[in-house]
Amino acid sequence: MADEPRVRTLIHGTNALQRGVPAQIRITLGHPMENGLRHDGYGNVVPRNLATRFECRLDGVLVVAADLYPAMAANPFLAFWLRADGPGTLSFEWWGDNGFHHRETRDIAPA
Amino acid sequence: MTRTVLPGRRQLLGAAGGLVLGLQLRTARAVSATATLAEVERQWAGGQPVREGRVQLEVAPLVENGNAVPIRVRLDSPMTADDRVQEIVVFNERNPQRDVVRFSFGPACGRAQADARIRLATSQQLVALARLADGSLWSHHVDVIVTLAACVES
Amino acid sequence: MTAERVVVAVLASLVVAAAGAQPQPRRSGLDFMSPALQALQRDDAQNPAMLWVQDGALLWRTPAGATGQRCADCHGDAAVTMRGVAARYPAWDAAAGQALNLAGRINRCRQRHQQAPPLAAEHADLLALSSYLGLQSRGQPLAPPADDRLAPLRAQGQALWQQRLGQLNLACAQCHDQHAGQRLGGAVIPQAHATGYPIYRLEWQGLGSLQRRLRSCMTGVRAEPFAPDAPEWLALEAWLAQRAAGMPVETPAVRP
Repeated sequence: MADEPRVRTLIHGTNALQRGVPAQIRITLGHPMENGLRHDGYGNVVPRNLATRFECRLDGVLVVAADLYPAMAANPFLAFWLRADGPGTLSFEWWGDNGFHHRETRDIAPA
Repeated sequence: MTRTVLPGRRQLLGAAGGLVLGLQLRTARAVSATATLAEVERQWAGGQPVREGRVQLEVAPLVENGNAVPIRVRLDSPMTADDRVQEIVVFNERNPQRDVVRFSFGPACGRAQADARIRLATSQQLVALARLADGSLWSHHVDVIVTLAACVES
Repeated sequence: MTAERVVVAVLASLVVAAAGAQPQPRRSGLDFMSPALQALQRDDAQNPAMLWVQDGALLWRTPAGATGQRCADCHGDAAVTMRGVAARYPAWDAAAGQALNLAGRINRCRQRHQQAPPLAAEHADLLALSSYLGLQSRGQPLAPPADDRLAPLRAQGQALWQQRLGQLNLACAQCHDQHAGQRLGGAVIPQAHATGYPIYRLEWQGLGSLQRRLRSCMTGVRAEPFAPDAPEWLALEAWLAQRAAGMPVETPAVRP
């Protein structure tokens, strides 16, 4: 396996949706969320490396956006509520320090 | 060759007997170097009145580990175009920085409710602030006791 | 919050308990956690360790090494073929002529069958595979093999468990057998059963192995941790597996 970092996410709740019924979506982003205040074993500061923004959109329309700060725990977890009235594509997008950017989509087909 | 191992927070055996060891403030910078909780609330409100109520910040009153603290913010709202929540922000009192998370709710949002997992450096007050489409501002202040600090290297 | 009891004076004068004096009934570290943390472990949609498990599932199906073999090419669906396997480690490996823990077994497979290099102990891919395979034993009783060849290793592990270590001159047994359930500072002392490894440790904000946790323990009593490839680690793992035999596997667990 290559050693370059692979962005990992967990996305739950996009199946078993019902038209017009709010449903909870739960997501986790694998990210160290280094706040820039910790020190390693040698006394050096571990540099700041944060994910700073998240957006979920349904066919481009905003569901929820979140601005994330150092107080967010590592591997940031978010849960929010979607209401979908018909089939579409959900996008999950994160931005952060050091040019971090990750986007995934899930097609949904509410019953 | 002996390697000196720096004491971490588990090296509490050396502490004098009888100390209550749970509440410790350890931050990399002095708290006074950043804004106070009241100041950031005022800034966010932009001079408008904020009333305590309607928005709820759910967090355990006693947290055993500040590294991963579940929180939930919610406000009961029909979330129609006219009657909706625009944003809910959470601020803290004693972490190195006041901001925790800011949620903005869009048209495809079904409920003004969101969960997150946050880090708390020490026992402190948290506040959730909500801005509604009609311009009204609401708050909920909660005190949290944290028995193990998050923002330190052990 | 109940008042903490500082046990310095007691521990300093304590005589290490006789062999086999484990706390009864045996309780997992899960029981010593708050409801919020228990919920975090129990909900696969929230447990951060599932990031690594998901990776492990992907790696299982990914070609590796000079042969380009996938784990799945030999082992098929892990949910079927690897069920109960993690619960039986550490185990004796005849070809290696020694005992191996699960991570060691994964590395041997990589070298022998995939001609891939072994992965370092805390390498993300090794943790991912270990946690993925561990998950296939979740809920099953830890079942250390009834294998006489493991006896010397387990005995060595038990001796280490009862040996005073470090500047604080404490043995594992003193805290985790004799004082489990009591408080040290703000934290409750668990019985230290290694049933959930690799664990997502909140203090690490990441997943790590049992060896990493044991290293932290040794640092905690201000002892020089054993060298990374020292046989003491496997001895302790083998002893801990025997000590927790029958308790359900919790991998991947969440711990403070």
